[in-house]
Order: sequence, then structure tokens, then C-alpha cells
Amino acid sequence: MTTHSLPPFLSYRIVWWLLFGFGIGPFLWLAWAVIQNALGPDPAEVLMHTTGEWAIRFLVVVLLARPLSQWGWPVLFRARRLFGLFVAFYASLHLLVFAQVYVGWSGAILAEELAERPYVVVGFVAWVLLLPLSITSLHSLRRRMGRHWRSLHRSVYLIALLVTLHVLWLSRSDIGDALLYAVVFGVLLGWRFVVFWRKSLRAKQSS
Amino acid sequence: MRLRDVNFPSIASSEITPEDVWLNRRQLMQGAGLGALAAVGMTPSAAATSPTLAELAAAAADCDGCSTDESLTPYSDAISYNNFYEFGTDKSDPAQYAHEMNVDPWSVEVGGLVNKPGKLHLEDLITGFDLEERIYRFRCVEAWSMVVPWVGFPLAALLERFEPSSDAKYVAFKTLYRRREMRGTRSFTSIIDWPYREGLRLDEAMHPLTLMTVGLYGKVLPNQSGAPLRLIVPWKYGFKSIKSIVSIELVDKQPATSWQQLAPQEYGFYSNVNPEVDHPRWSQRFERRLPSSLFSPNRIQTLPFNGYAEQVASLYKGMDLRVHY
Repeated sequence: MTTHSLPPFLSYRIVWWLLFGFGIGPFLWLAWAVIQNALGPDPAEVLMHTTGEWAIRFLVVVLLARPLSQWGWPVLFRARRLFGLFVAFYASLHLLVFAQVYVGWSGAILAEELAERPYVVVGFVAWVLLLPLSITSLHSLRRRMGRHWRSLHRSVYLIALLVTLHVLWLSRSDIGDALLYAVVFGVLLGWRFVVFWRKSLRAKQSS
Repeated sequence: MRLRDVNFPSIASSEITPEDVWLNRRQLMQGAGLGALAAVGMTPSAAATSPTLAELAAAAADCDGCSTDESLTPYSDAISYNNFYEFGTDKSDPAQYAHEMNVDPWSVEVGGLVNKPGKLHLEDLITGFDLEERIYRFRCVEAWSMVVPWVGFPLAALLERFEPSSDAKYVAFKTLYRRREMRGTRSFTSIIDWPYREGLRLDEAMHPLTLMTVGLYGKVLPNQSGAPLRLIVPWKYGFKSIKSIVSIELVDKQPATSWQQLAPQEYGFYSNVNPEVDHPRWSQRFERRLPSSLFSPNRIQTLPFNGYAEQVASLYKGMDLRVHY
């Protein structure tokens, strides 16, 4: 996984900064809009939606990294960690806004939400599962973990599943978003499954 | 006023009304103290955001519960943050796209179990009734709320004109449904069965707080707020307050309503504001009184019947409101 496919005037460092700018952009825009009070009369709803949506979008990017690298675009594969951390970042903002605006930092209300609303539980579990992935994204830890790192990070597919369920459960009269995510994650997961299946088939044949 | 008889579906009235005709009409109406009808001449873009909508003359109401001294939600918020799924599910969609709806000519069919079925035209709505201003709390089922000065007349006054028969027990309403003018109804993934339907029990419909609404903030309703005629039932969740009404039917059985059809376990026929009965997916004990902000969310406690218990609780005496949510 080298970056030899990059044009000569682009070093990976520059690309990394471009991708970083892309990832941090939505946050900067939201922060500016909150300060300017430019999110309309009910910023809670906008912030919940926007932070959640960006977390999902970057999750799609993370899952796209491997197939794209195999189709000749390895740069994204190297930036997988960056985007993985942005998933955790936007998911955490999503949770913070929920705590601030919907739960009002009340333990009793949080307990009630977790007990009574399955979509909150599913979303919360997805966020919890993101934590070990974020921590173990440190290079030193990754090296120390060896092959365990890979198996741990496979839980990203479980997270994608939970997120789809979360959105589906939240749909009210229009299931467009939920369907879109279900299809995108379905295709990405399906592709991984096919690759895995082929590999094991080949392994069997050669043994 | 003959223009109302000419039907130009899906063409904005501003495009077909010659300016001199419009001006004449405007003078005519202002002469009669009825600037409201000038609304039919407004431009599409003005319809969405306009601060120049026609003024309505209305007396302040002095009935019980008809006003509140809570601070008003700013006009710009009230007309830019709306649910009107015929134009899309985002809060900003109605303000952006509702101008595509043609509200002139407009007529409302009143029928069913009435002795004198008939039609009301746009003009009748504004000239035919004594308009009052009522300041109501408006509580959305999504747990946000506003305080809005509406202009209208009691639904009872309208219904009495058509003489409900003694078999009539409920009132069923329908919103306009025109795919060409309502992009939300063209969504492939929407699961609402159009047209939008709502209903009330007859005693709820006849209650003095139940308002047929033609304006807000002293101006004609902009399209996104349900022009030219909508219902306001202040003690029920906002979706009961059906917009852009084209049909009012008196019936003897509880009518099917859109949200109840869609998710009966979440939206009941009554849908009275009730902090004790949660929406299955969120709590109804609090509401964000708009405008809200991130650092001061303005989160307040929701009151039974949206604070109108004194006026309306007796309608539901002996009913288990956990069952009839």
C-alpha cells in the first residue's frame, strides 16, 4: 500500500491535510453557525441530524477504503485511520448534543431513554464500540496488538449494521435515508463477504 | 371577483393575474377593509418568506384561553420552521417549496351529514366571518413548541352555517393533494397515503378554542403555514391542525387520520398534548420552546392539554387518556 499512484506534485502529507480539511470542514461550519446563531429556531434538531449524518458518511468512506485501494486508489486506504477517527469524532458530538439538548444532563432521563427507546440503545452501543477502535488506532498499540488488531477492527461491520438499524428505527414517514444507508452498507459488507469467501475457497484448493 | 371561477391548475396566480386586475381587486378589497385577498396576487418568492403579505383586520379575542402573555415566537421563525410533508420532510422545505402550490382559486367542500352541503370560496373565508386574533401555544408532537398569534374564526361558526345533522358525530378534514405542485407527495420513499387527513370529534370541533385559521401575525397565511385555510386546535399536537383544507365532511364514525394510519401505536386519533403519555420514541414531558439555542435550549415542561386543561379537560371526562392517546 504505497502512494506511488499519486501525481508527483502531491506528497502524501499534502493529501493528508486536504483530507483532514475535508473531515473537519463540517465541524467548523457547524461551530461557526452555532456562534452566529445561523441554524434557525431549533438548532437542536439540525445539530443532531448533521453530526449523525457526517458520522455515517465518514463510516461509508472508511468502508470504501479497501475496495477503492484495490481498484487503484490506495491513498484512501492510508487515510482510513483519519476517517475512522472522524467517525468517532462526529458520533461523539452527536452524543454530546443529545446529552445537552434532549437529556439535559439528567441521569434519570438518560436511564429512561436507554430503557425505553431501542434506537437510543443501538446508537449508544455503536458509539461504545467505536471507542476501542479509536484508542487502538495509535500506531504503537497497533504494532503491539499484531493480528488481534485486525480482528478487533472487524467490529466496524457490526457498527455499520447498528447504525443502519438506528436510522431505520428513527424513520417516520419517509424511509429514504434508511434505505440508502442499508443499500450502501449492504453492498460494502457483501463485497467483503465475497472476497473473504473467495480467499478461503482458494486456500482450500491450494492445500 | 370572477377570477375565482377560472381554473388554472398549477400556474401561480401571480403569473396569470394581470397587474391592473390585481391592483383593482386590491383597492376593492381595501375599500371594504379586506386587504386579505391581495394575497392572491403575491409573487411566489414573496409567498415563501414575505414580510409584505396582506394585512388582516382582526379583533383581539377575549375568550377564556384565547390569549397568553408568553413571549411570541418571532414571525420569521414561525414561517420558516414548518412541518408540511407535502413539500418535503425537512423543516425548511415548506418555506422553500410551498410557493409551488396555487391557492387561488380555492374552494372548500363542506358535506356529509349536513342539511345544507355546499362550497366555500377563498373570498367567503375572509369576508364571511368575523375574524379574531388568538394567541395560542402550539405544541408539535416532535417536542418543540411556539407561541403564535393566529387570525381566524371558530370552526363552530363555519359548521353551523352548513347545519350538521343529528347523526353527525365526527368531522373529517382533507388537505389539498396536487402532485404537480407538491414535491413531497412525489417522493418514492414516502409512506404517507395522500391526501393528508385529519379528524375531530364533533364536540371538539364545536369547542370555542377550535379555530379555523386564515392568518398569523395579522397577515394572511403564507403557503407554508397552510394557506389559505387551516385548522388550529391548541390543546392537541400540531399534526392535528391540518393545513390547506379542501374538504370538511361530517360523518358518524371516527374517521381514519393520516398519522394514525401510518403508525397507530405512535399517533392516536385524539392526540391531546399529554406529558404522561410518551411518544414511543421520545418523551413528551418536555418541549423546546422556540427559538431555542444550543447553550440555552429553552427546555420547558409540557402541560396536560398544552395548558388548556381548564377549558377542554371536561370533553374527555371518564376516558382513559392512556388508551385514547
